Amino acid sequence: MVPFDLLVAACIAYVILLFAVAFVAERRARSGRGGWLRSPWVYTLSLSVYCTAWTFYGAVGFAARSGLEFATIYMGPTLIMVGWWWILRKLVRIGRAQRVTSIADLISSRYGKSNLLGVIVTLLAVVGTAPYIALQLQSVTLSFGVFAAASPQGWALPEQGVTAIWVAAGLALFTILFGTRNLDANERHHGVVIAIALEAVVKLVALLAVGAFVVWGVAGGVGDVLARIESSPIADWPLQPGRWIGLTFLSAAALLTLPRMFQVLVVENADERHLATAGWAFPLYLLAMSLFVVPIAVVGLERMPPGANPDLFVLTLPLSEGAGGLAMLAFLGGFSSATSMVIVAAIALATMVSNHIVTPLWLSLRAGGARAAGDVRGLVLTARRLSIGVVLALGYFYYRMSGGSAALAAIGLIAFVGLAQILPAMLGGIFWRGATRVGAGAGLLTGFALWLYTLFLPSFGGSGLISAAVLAEGPFGWGWLRPQALFGIEGIDPLMHALIWSLALNTAAFLLGSLLSFPAPLERMQGAAFVHVFDQDRGTRGWSRGGAEPEDLLVMAQGILGAAEAQRFFQAAAVEQGKAGFLPDTTPDFIDRLERRLAGAVGSATAHAMIAQFAEGAAVSVQDLMAVASEAQQIKEYSAQLEAKSEELARTARQLREVNDKLTDLSVQKDAFLSQISHELRTPMTSIRAFSEILMEPDLPEPMRAKYAEIIHEEAIRLTRLLDDLLDLSVLENRKAQLTVQVANLHDLIERAISSASSTRPDRDFTFHRDLPAEHMAVYTDTDRLVQVFINLVSNARKYCDADHPELTIRVRRAGAGVEVDFIDNGSGIANKSQSIIFEKFSRLTDTSRAGGAGLGLAICREIMANLGGTIEYLPGQGGAAFRVSLPVRRGVGRAA
Amino acid sequence: MTLPEAGTGRRRGDRRPPLFLARRSYRRRRMMDACRMLPALGAVLWMIPILWQPAETAAGDTAPGIVYLFAVWLLLVGLAAALSRGLAGALEDGEDEGG
Repeated sequence: MVPFDLLVAACIAYVILLFAVAFVAERRARSGRGGWLRSPWVYTLSLSVYCTAWTFYGAVGFAARSGLEFATIYMGPTLIMVGWWWILRKLVRIGRAQRVTSIADLISSRYGKSNLLGVIVTLLAVVGTAPYIALQLQSVTLSFGVFAAASPQGWALPEQGVTAIWVAAGLALFTILFGTRNLDANERHHGVVIAIALEAVVKLVALLAVGAFVVWGVAGGVGDVLARIESSPIADWPLQPGRWIGLTFLSAAALLTLPRMFQVLVVENADERHLATAGWAFPLYLLAMSLFVVPIAVVGLERMPPGANPDLFVLTLPLSEGAGGLAMLAFLGGFSSATSMVIVAAIALATMVSNHIVTPLWLSLRAGGARAAGDVRGLVLTARRLSIGVVLALGYFYYRMSGGSAALAAIGLIAFVGLAQILPAMLGGIFWRGATRVGAGAGLLTGFALWLYTLFLPSFGGSGLISAAVLAEGPFGWGWLRPQALFGIEGIDPLMHALIWSLALNTAAFLLGSLLSFPAPLERMQGAAFVHVFDQDRGTRGWSRGGAEPEDLLVMAQGILGAAEAQRFFQAAAVEQGKAGFLPDTTPDFIDRLERRLAGAVGSATAHAMIAQFAEGAAVSVQDLMAVASEAQQIKEYSAQLEAKSEELARTARQLREVNDKLTDLSVQKDAFLSQISHELRTPMTSIRAFSEILMEPDLPEPMRAKYAEIIHEEAIRLTRLLDDLLDLSVLENRKAQLTVQVANLHDLIERAISSASSTRPDRDFTFHRDLPAEHMAVYTDTDRLVQVFINLVSNARKYCDADHPELTIRVRRAGAGVEVDFIDNGSGIANKSQSIIFEKFSRLTDTSRAGGAGLGLAICREIMANLGGTIEYLPGQGGAAFRVSLPVRRGVGRAA
Repeated sequence: MTLPEAGTGRRRGDRRPPLFLARRSYRRRRMMDACRMLPALGAVLWMIPILWQPAETAAGDTAPGIVYLFAVWLLLVGLAAALSRGLAGALEDGEDEGG
């Protein structure tokens, strides 16, 4: 037997150890030597606040009453933890990005930093957690009672309320000492976390020790225990599928929504990578905690007298078997479970109450608002300390009110259902951008109200806040509104009834409200920031422009963060802006960061409201957003226009360059043409002038005079012809030639050309090869012009063919809608390099046989053919000079083809 | 030929993830998927006892039930540990593909 005073001494020693550990950890963290404090194992162990006294004592009672059903409470968290990559990682990332201080802050921040939502969640959390704290106090009190009753010295059972008060006061002291050192909730509470980790080890060791003692000490090993299980009353536990699924779901939801779990999972998380360890290690911890629950329950039911409270088997079984030391360990384990839960829950709730209720209230009650805020830091810390006291007091009063009689498990599950109401708003908030403040508020209020009505109030029994009559017949006798049989659906387990109705209607209200309402700009930005938290680039900025004086901001920040901390923050920002030694500019980016920093201390809603006081009108409005959007749109359009214009300019410049090149070419050509023409004109003019000077000699013999006059006449004719040609060419080039179109036989035209050309070098004997039948073909064109071309070609051949026996072949062929006439002589032809210039003006290949040509003949031919709608081209490789004249049979047809 | 690693090969501003990943990155993606599926697997295995109806069968099946449930539990822990090893590396490299 353990003497009661020894127990009390051990208990006090344990508490002192906790204080010392917390103190040392805090010291080491402060001096920067606390690397191991941030290890993933400490994080994993701190998650064990999930296992409260309800687990430590209550699980065995749960198993004794409902068999394996107790395990559902631990399987839900296991499922969430092993899938950590999905939800938890996102929550942790959001928590860090937004400096979330509590679950109420998460909801408030997500839905446009709405303090109203923060208040709702805070109230829900306080109402849901107070019974849970009462449960812990009750368990500690009960366990003290067990030892007191068993004490041989006849210690009178101390009045239970007194024990509870002492425990509550001690916990309040510890929590205030180590839980409110820093204002910034994102700075870890190292002392608290390490104390909780230690307690996690103690409770695990204690439970495993009791389990091992039961299995191998009392029973005869694993096989024996399994056999005992089969023969115990537990073997016939009724598995209700509804409860099995429902409880698993409920516990999974609880892991995410319980304020204390959110505190250790998200707020106290130092590094996202710790999740990778906790993802499997915490389920393993839960497994170890559950391993011996059924054996202890079975053996307890066998060994203990009927009527013994199965909730206390963990304690009473070792005691009755005479293992006093083990019982003491078990007591400390239970004590650890209870205290760690209360400490973390109190910190979480106090943060919520001070940030979402006390500070906003105080700020709005003060005349100057946030501008004259003064020492907000002191206010918030005081509020937090008071809130811890209030929360513990609430737990104590609930404990006194409920009389400490209800089965432990029932209270735990009731709290679970209450806090699960946050789940739709939470998951909707981090996965669905369309979730809105109105929807979240409607869902939370609906769920809260239904939970109160269907589960929380009825849990006090008929004598509580709901009368027995209402429970049995519904309010005002409306049977369909009976709290435990809504809409007349009876016979469901009350817990499942409340869970299904409250969560279903909660979710429905949340979805419907979100679908039907229109979110404010800030809300939409926060929604995007939450849902797309992994897209780092997407910067959301709540402040479109500065407008605040840095001095004002500094004064306010000092009031919240403390002078040194605030100055450090401002200096760092100034250095970053390249203004070391001065106050930073209040850029939107800086204000945004400052707001987040403050949000870490007083919550996002309060921080936003405080900043808004300074950055007057700077909070984004729809108009601002639209202005920015339309501005951006305009700039975008403008730049697109610029781009189009510059492309067009480039195009025009290119065209201009081309035209310029052409003009330069033309200018060169014109110069060449002018010099050519001057030259051509000058030659006859020179001879005319020379011979006319000779004619002026008085004593010139008559035959000489006649000869010279003849020469002058010939030169004048040549000059006239040249000028005629030039005029002709000019007319043709401008396409202004008058065409007299008529029908003619091609044969006649060729005949005319040959006879006309025969005057050219009549001394030469020319042989013509012709295909007479083919030549008989009607053409519809300007016959005179065409003949001119033919004459030119024939006389060219006569002039330039250098063969001894010159021959000219004329071939006529039909080609599609046109006619091709080839003129091929048997001379040496035209050299390759010259072929390209023979159609240019004044191009002459030789000076040898200048029979009056000025080099315009072929140029005129080309222009004539162009005017007639045909072409003339040189045919290389025909054995001599060869030209092909193509023309449409009907003028116009060929061009169209 | 080396294919670009996700995260390193991805240019900033180019929001589209690459179509083909190096083998290691590909494995990691599938591990992320597996980690998301693990709760579903656990839930299905956990719901199987519903089919037993322990109270209605004559033969005792609570003891095997306990063994089964804890085996499932241990399996989940083991799988989660294996996956977490791989995914911790992904976290280390800052490699994530959104939600």
